[in-house]
Amino acid sequence: MNRIISKDRLAEGIVDLRVEAPVIARKRKAGQFILLRIDETGERIPLTIVDSNPEEGSIRLIIQEVGKTTYSLGELEAGDSIKDIAGPLGKATHIENFGTVVCIGGGIGVAPVYPIAAAMKEAGNRVISIIGARNHDLMIMEEDMKKVSDRLVVATDDGSYGIHGFVTDALQSLIDEGLKIDLVVAIGPVPMMKFTSLLAKKNNLPTIVSLNSVMVDGTGMCGGCRVSVGGKSKFVCVDGPEFDGHEVDYDELTMRQSAYHDMEKEAMDIYHKCKIGRDGEDK
Amino acid sequence: MADEPKKIPDVTKKTVKPKKPKIPRQKMPEQEPLIRAHNFEEVPYGYSIETAMIEASRCIMCKKPKCIHGCPVGIDIPGFIREIRDGNLKKAARIMKQSNALPAICGRVCPQEEQCEIVCVVGIKQEPVAIGRLERFIADWERDQGEIEIPEIAPSTGRKVAIVGAGPAGLTVAGELAKLGHQVTVFEALHKPGGVLMYGIPEFRLPKAIVEAEVDYVRQLGVEFVYNAVIGKYFTLDELMEEEGFHSIFIGSGAGLPYFMNIPGENLIGVYSANEYLTRSNLMKAYDFPNYDTPIIRSKKVAVIGGGNVAMDSARTALRLGADDVYLVYRRSRVEMPARDEEIHHAEEEGIDFRLLTNPIKINGDENGRVKSMTCIKMELGEPDASGRRRPVPIEGSEYEVEVDTVVVAIGNGANPLLPEATPELKTNKWGNILAEDETGLTSMKGIYAGGDIVIGAATVILAMGAGKSASKAMNEYLMSLDV
Ligand SMILES: Cc1cc2nc3c(=O)[nH]c(=O)nc-3n(C[C@H](O)[C@H](O)[C@H](O)COP(=O)(O)OP(=O)(O)OC[C@H]3O[C@@H](n4cnc5c(N)ncnc54)[C@H](O)[C@@H]3O)c2cc1C
Ligand SMILES: Cc1cc2nc3c(=O)[nH]c(=O)nc-3n(C[C@H](O)[C@H](O)[C@H](O)COP(=O)(O)OP(=O)(O)OC[C@H]3O[C@@H](n4cnc5c(N)ncnc54)[C@H](O)[C@@H]3O)c2cc1C
Ligand code: SF4
Ligand code: SF4
Ligand code: FES
Repeated sequence: MNRIISKDRLAEGIVDLRVEAPVIARKRKAGQFILLRIDETGERIPLTIVDSNPEEGSIRLIIQEVGKTTYSLGELEAGDSIKDIAGPLGKATHIENFGTVVCIGGGIGVAPVYPIAAAMKEAGNRVISIIGARNHDLMIMEEDMKKVSDRLVVATDDGSYGIHGFVTDALQSLIDEGLKIDLVVAIGPVPMMKFTSLLAKKNNLPTIVSLNSVMVDGTGMCGGCRVSVGGKSKFVCVDGPEFDGHEVDYDELTMRQSAYHDMEKEAMDIYHKCKIGRDGEDK
Repeated sequence: MADEPKKIPDVTKKTVKPKKPKIPRQKMPEQEPLIRAHNFEEVPYGYSIETAMIEASRCIMCKKPKCIHGCPVGIDIPGFIREIRDGNLKKAARIMKQSNALPAICGRVCPQEEQCEIVCVVGIKQEPVAIGRLERFIADWERDQGEIEIPEIAPSTGRKVAIVGAGPAGLTVAGELAKLGHQVTVFEALHKPGGVLMYGIPEFRLPKAIVEAEVDYVRQLGVEFVYNAVIGKYFTLDELMEEEGFHSIFIGSGAGLPYFMNIPGENLIGVYSANEYLTRSNLMKAYDFPNYDTPIIRSKKVAVIGGGNVAMDSARTALRLGADDVYLVYRRSRVEMPARDEEIHHAEEEGIDFRLLTNPIKINGDENGRVKSMTCIKMELGEPDASGRRRPVPIEGSEYEVEVDTVVVAIGNGANPLLPEATPELKTNKWGNILAEDETGLTSMKGIYAGGDIVIGAATVILAMGAGKSASKAMNEYLMSLDV
């Protein structure tokens, strides 16, 4: 069992857990993820390993509540346990001294981009990070990102904080500054990765994205996570999760993510009803 | 072998007329096809004690029993059948367990008709002795008694063995080596043991409680299980040997890499590999959604592509998940189908619609990217190919479309590359199977052995167990030759 050591709320709908997982804490590298199953009836869901503390034997997970499993995770408290955690899974990010790397995180995407920015920084790169959110309240990990970046640009869709606009606008202004960029790493919602890649491509910038397709086993056994990259079917859990941003079929990924929308909604409805029954109010 | 009785003692007089000359092979009662097609409960019910004793009396206790050579793990078949016949069920169970730690499983899923039963001498003139059914009976009987006998475990040898994968191959090695006094730890990638027995073969053919119970027996032999441990990621083989103190490793990681057809439309929503479809349903219990969280598409019309056991399991699962129509699309004819006859027969009885000599060429989607139909072409059999089977060739102009909302691709599995990729020293063949010596299972790395589907490609439970058995002998010798 994997005990939760601490729990914080970073923003409305975003929780930060430190969970006991000693071997994973020692082995994990930037870009890797775990699959967890909360309890005996739970689904297996993937989450990025945001950070780890090998001495304490813990890993850090940052979770956006979007459905039954992630809401249930949000209800756990320090001292509770998660039944199964498998990892570290996926290929680690290819880290080397590229020169200047721009790390872009949109929304919850800041969490998975953070370990990559940290590793890039440690490898001697000049790291310029862009983090974006819908509004100031939803902005997460600003302090963390500052620590691993030579420069941090923040953007909000509504202009309530930092640049008024999308992360692509922020990238455009870095390009306009005449900055020489050697690599772009972009993680966030699919449209954000798609448009970031398009912009990067226009400017001939190599781009890495991290894909979040629906997974089951995470070991390459089922093929459920497959996405077309460069016209070939790739298994995100073992061939990725990172791919060349210019090669990914984003529309197919978006489509495949929607495979279970009806059932996910049904699960959420039941979950909500149970909540009302238990707490006398809808959370 | 024990001495041979002069004639069959008449233990059956209570249930069978004494003079009746030839006792027919005893049938196992089954759930009615049209009822069982809508539930996940096991199809056959198994023998009663009486029926089992009658069936056991059909064995003539050959002096040189051919059946034993037909069994890859070499069970003393007349030995255990004799004890059933004589009503010594406990003793029968003990004899069985000496060579097979997973009898309730093998009795259910072994292709007996091609292994032990095909060589049974009774089979020359009549139907062979129902060895598999008796095996299943005795294992179920012992489990139902509630007390499973644990054999004596040799004193600790101080040697530590790591097993990669809790499938039948790994479980066999684990059990054998634990009995010999070695300290055994099984590392399993998933959260449950059993490999294909747990995630692939459906509940209605192999109840998961039985898999759990037989794994529990292996646990009671002193084997430790670590779940969620993907070797190659969690620990590498080198780390197991050098840092974690294991003296030898057995790799039984199976053939878990699904093949797709590479036809247009294969990434549409509603196209599954059989592995995914079955894993969602079996391991994750999607059939019980929303009590279990994992979803599976609620299909009405399903096409399953392939003609093996995996295809039959997928088709029968689709029916039980509520589909109205399930087509089994296979490019050759019925005689070339690799599935067991029993499975084909069960599938037909339940109402699976066989579309033989048919090959899919394209899957078509709607505006949301969901499967709406499949374009197929009719085939005819031409000259024999390399496999000796007549090669199916497309009939030009015979394309037609079938309306389906789900397609399950069950055309085979390759070797999962995860572990070899993490271990470049581990030699593989061009299909990615780990190279291992026939007799011993020794790989290209010292002290590291392998067996089962990862070595021979997708095969059978009992072959995986047979490989585990021979590897465990070699591993024991190797372990005992070490100074520790
Ligand atoms: C490699 C990878 C790393 C990820 N890292 C993070 C992270 O660090 N933080 C974070 O908040 N989220 C992360 N995600 C996304 C996270 O896995 C999903 O948000 C989560 O599975 C939703 O589950 P649910 O039951 O709460 O919601 P549901 O209502 O079941 O689903 C909501 C949406 O989440 C996606 N989803 C559902 N089930 C799965 C599944 N089994 N596997 C993958 N996606 C699924 C689908 O797109 C679905 O439409 C990551 C995904 C991947 C593939
Ligand atoms: C649907 C289906 C139906 C079948 N029906 C029959 C039948 O009726 N009769 C029959 O005899 N055979 C049948 N088979 C074939 C049979 O199940 C296999 O041949 C047999 O299970 C192979 O055993 P194994 O131990 O080699 O591997 P598996 O059973 O595949 O087990 C391998 C295990 O290793 C684990 N693993 C993989 N990689 C790693 C890693 N890196 N680290 C840790 N663990 C790892 C896997 O998660 C898995 O649990 C069927 C197969 C399928 C798919
Ligand atoms: S294990 Fe399989 S082959 Fe061996 S006796 Fe039993 S049914 Fe026959
Ligand atoms: S070959 Fe048939 S009759 Fe002979 S011992 Fe084996 S099961 Fe009995
Ligand atoms: S999640 Fe099953 S192959 Fe990737």
